[in-house]
Amino acid sequence: MKHAVVHRRLLAATLALGAGAAFAQGNTALDGIAKYREMLQDGNPAELFEMKGEELWKQKRGPKSASLEQCDLGKGPGVLKGAFTELPRFFADTGKVMDLETRLIHCMVTLQGFNEADLYKAAPSIGRGEGANLVAITTYVATQSKGMRFNLPFNTEQEKTMYQVGKRLFFQRGGPHDFACATCHNTDGGRIRLQELPNLSKNPGDGVGFAAWPAYRVSNSQMWTMQKRLNDCYRQQRFPEPKFGSDVTIALSVYMGVNAKGAESIVPAIKR
Amino acid sequence: MKKAFSLALVPVVALTLSACSGLGSADYDRIHAEAVKASFQANGIATLDYLKQDPSNELCSAADVAGKPLDEKTARALEEAEMKTIKWPSDGQFLGDWKKGESIAQSGRGLTWTDTAGSPNGGNCYNCHQIDKKEISFGNLGPSLYNYGKLRGVTDPNSPQAKAIVEYTWGKLWNSRAYNACSQMPRAGHKGILSEQNMKDVMALLLDPKSPVNQ
Repeated sequence: MKHAVVHRRLLAATLALGAGAAFAQGNTALDGIAKYREMLQDGNPAELFEMKGEELWKQKRGPKSASLEQCDLGKGPGVLKGAFTELPRFFADTGKVMDLETRLIHCMVTLQGFNEADLYKAAPSIGRGEGANLVAITTYVATQSKGMRFNLPFNTEQEKTMYQVGKRLFFQRGGPHDFACATCHNTDGGRIRLQELPNLSKNPGDGVGFAAWPAYRVSNSQMWTMQKRLNDCYRQQRFPEPKFGSDVTIALSVYMGVNAKGAESIVPAIKR
Repeated sequence: MKKAFSLALVPVVALTLSACSGLGSADYDRIHAEAVKASFQANGIATLDYLKQDPSNELCSAADVAGKPLDEKTARALEEAEMKTIKWPSDGQFLGDWKKGESIAQSGRGLTWTDTAGSPNGGNCYNCHQIDKKEISFGNLGPSLYNYGKLRGVTDPNSPQAKAIVEYTWGKLWNSRAYNACSQMPRAGHKGILSEQNMKDVMALLLDPKSPVNQ
């Protein structure tokens, strides 16, 4: 039932956007996206991922036939509310700083008995198998912190180290175009073409930058998590590919997450 | 596989902590380098060579992390070295076809891991600059280039009066850091993003009095 409603609204909004885009470009295109977002407020396609994620969270799965309901995301086993807006954080049981996605994999391994290497291999394929499942679970868990403000604990030496590594990555120039993250994301009011760029060296505001993901992308009808967002940033930056869940991705997330302290999470957001 | 790259950080931190309290900038630099080495993988044409920094990228990145610009002496030395990399047009002709230049300026393609070797690269120009006024989808990270030649009084790009600005524009496109040590603009000629002919066509877009840029 809910699926059908979401689909109908999506179809109507897509038609409206198409008609709008035919008239003009430029600011009208931006207005079109804003209108599209407005129309989707009650029927965000991300809800489909959220619902699938909730089912997967509660379902007994894996070799151990267990659910994820006892997964500790930093605030105690099974505590979902507010967990996402405090990630990435240091976990004493693994001795690592982890983001939501790597922590979920940890729980799928320890609670459900999945093979860790298999999950890391599947994770980058966001549209199929356990990769798609991880996107759905990530969306579900993140959405439980909708409207809350980012407040990473940032009180261990490991987290401080990750922040410093993230800062160095943010300013690291390289590749054929000499681009760093900072080339585009270290200024206020910057744009690439008409695309507005958040300044990620500070809190860029509620629901933008780090506080806008995971998000449903209208342009390719995909749900993107922060791992996928960073992967595609590095592609466009003309860098080699960061491995899923690698230290580079965690460090950048710590850097952005700490800088975004106080920013409201609008997850699941809708992006162009 | 996961363990191999994530655990690399932890022992370093633990060891250093037991020896003294807190880490210094040099420690973070080292841990950053180790994280980069462990985290990236080659994909298609985007090989690990992309990560190798020349002295310019190394010094400019460090200055950005420190939050203070390079000292004058270092900046001038870098600019001098970059200036030496500029290759001037082999036939002495600086300007090509502005129409081709416009399509190069429009394109942001090339050199990512989803591109193939040898496919034509765009100049990415409109991503950051206003150029032809008719194109309203332009970025703002760089200054407007609308009326670039006209504003600089270029009525005949082949005239002696225009020589200085024509040469400067070629040099700036070839290697922006010859004029500004830590410029954010890609070094289109030096890094092989654009060919000599591509460069000439973009030059024409900016400097040909017939180009829409100068109307």
